[in-house]
Amino acid sequence: MNTHALFAAFENPATLIEAARRTREAGYRNFDCYSPFPIHGMDDAMGEKRSPVGYIVGGMALLGAAIGFSLQTWVATSAYPLVISGKPFFSWQAFIIITFALFVLFGAFAAVFGMFRLNRLPRLHHPLFHSGLLAKASDDGFLLGIEAQDSLFDEEKTRDFLVSIGGTNIELVRGE
Amino acid sequence: MAALDSQTYMFTDKGRFGMIALGTGVLFTLLTIVGAFVDTHTFFASWLTSFAFWTTIVLGALFFVMLQHATGAVWSVVTRRAAEALSLAIPLLLLCFVPLLFGLHDLFHWTHEEEVATDHLLAWKSPYLNTAGFIIRGLLYFAAWILFAWLLHRRSVAQDADGDPKHTIALRKLSAGGIFVFAFTITFAAFDWLMSLEPHWYSTIFGVYVFVGGFLTAMCLLVIIFLMLRGQGMLADVITLDHYHDFGRLLFAFTVFWAYIGGSQYYLIWYANIPEETMWYLARWDDGWNHVSLALIFLHFVVPFLTLTFYRVKRNLTILRIIAILLIVMHFVDMFWLVMPTFGPGIHFSWMHVSSLLGIGGLVLWMFWNRFTAYRAVPASDPKLADSIAHRV
Repeated sequence: MNTHALFAAFENPATLIEAARRTREAGYRNFDCYSPFPIHGMDDAMGEKRSPVGYIVGGMALLGAAIGFSLQTWVATSAYPLVISGKPFFSWQAFIIITFALFVLFGAFAAVFGMFRLNRLPRLHHPLFHSGLLAKASDDGFLLGIEAQDSLFDEEKTRDFLVSIGGTNIELVRGE
Repeated sequence: MAALDSQTYMFTDKGRFGMIALGTGVLFTLLTIVGAFVDTHTFFASWLTSFAFWTTIVLGALFFVMLQHATGAVWSVVTRRAAEALSLAIPLLLLCFVPLLFGLHDLFHWTHEEEVATDHLLAWKSPYLNTAGFIIRGLLYFAAWILFAWLLHRRSVAQDADGDPKHTIALRKLSAGGIFVFAFTITFAAFDWLMSLEPHWYSTIFGVYVFVGGFLTAMCLLVIIFLMLRGQGMLADVITLDHYHDFGRLLFAFTVFWAYIGGSQYYLIWYANIPEETMWYLARWDDGWNHVSLALIFLHFVVPFLTLTFYRVKRNLTILRIIAILLIVMHFVDMFWLVMPTFGPGIHFSWMHVSSLLGIGGLVLWMFWNRFTAYRAVPASDPKLADSIAHRV
């Protein structure tokens, strides 16, 4: 079995943030933090960039609006023109509501599926599931894991590093 | 230049802002009163426009205070005292309401009894739309607003002295009731003062439309005030970039909400196509008004929407300031657009619109500055203050 990552437990959110900052400063890039609740300031400490999901949502929402508006225009003016309460075929006012609805619908779908895609979900198994420590991250554990694919990763040195920044219960996780 | 003690948050020097505001207010109010004798009809129309503009803003500030209490918000604690001070300008607006009572005949068609008698719809509405009812309701609205603004401020200041968390709980309860009363009073005030200008026309969503514009503009004014204080080195480490970011989000949300409500009102009337409803929009499209209508859609909604969408814009104080100023200007255009088409075809922009805007505005801002500088600039003993200062988005 391949080595997947080295895990360490920390006392509380503040020490985890400090550990994340020092891990980043030590040059590690492939690492992640696990906690029972979101910790303010963690993105900064880990040096995370902003998620691109907003741009995906924006683009898809505009696409949805364009589809909604052009579909109605096509139906009402050429595919099946009907006079409705004496109004012109191209009554853009009437199209706005469905355009808006599709704007929101596409945006919402893009947010959900974009998030899934960026998180590489869904997947049924992950090597992390072999960790005995990870379950605590949904209870009272504040964990930091440095992954083996990081170029600086070295079983001995990384283990020592995790100890040096205050990590306890160091765990080597193996698995596919 | 004003100065603030960074430990106690008390003003050590109140600066010249209050005097400048008072001077502007008195000068332009007097000028507008002179205008009343030159052209009485125009005076009342422009006074109503400016009165509606400032009243909705001050009420927006009152709602802001109640909303933060009722939801137990933490981030906004540092911004609350300024909003409270702004809401304390309501008694002044009661004074500004009085001149309108002399112009009811000029402003409101439904006061012309001989015409109401021959108009079935107006006769049917007359149990509500009559002069006595208008005055009594107006006084009741003001009584409710003054009461809540005063109670909310008094307790908030009392907490400065003793730091007792019981005030926080009492303020939450007071605000929950206050929002309920506020919803009814601002709705009917909008009906009385703005919607009844065209007494045949009605729209049940109209009160929400007026409220949203005022709430949005109140937050814009708060942003401008905080940026002004920041420029003079006050509260710069208390009201941080993250607080402005949250204001940016709220401006974004409420400019969308404004468009949503305005759109809902428009589409229903457009669909139904009933003459006494559509004429209200026709009056806002013919004779050059279409430019104003389109300006509202683009500058009150599209431009702020597209700009504030972006994360970096909400954290860029220069752009945020520009958007806030734009929205304040557009709120005045919005009130102008609600009031003025009633008074004949064409756009009649008078110098009295400007002078009444500055006159009432100067007085309101003087009152604000006077009340703001008299107490601590933030609720210093609020249990949530430390968390509010440390707030991060």
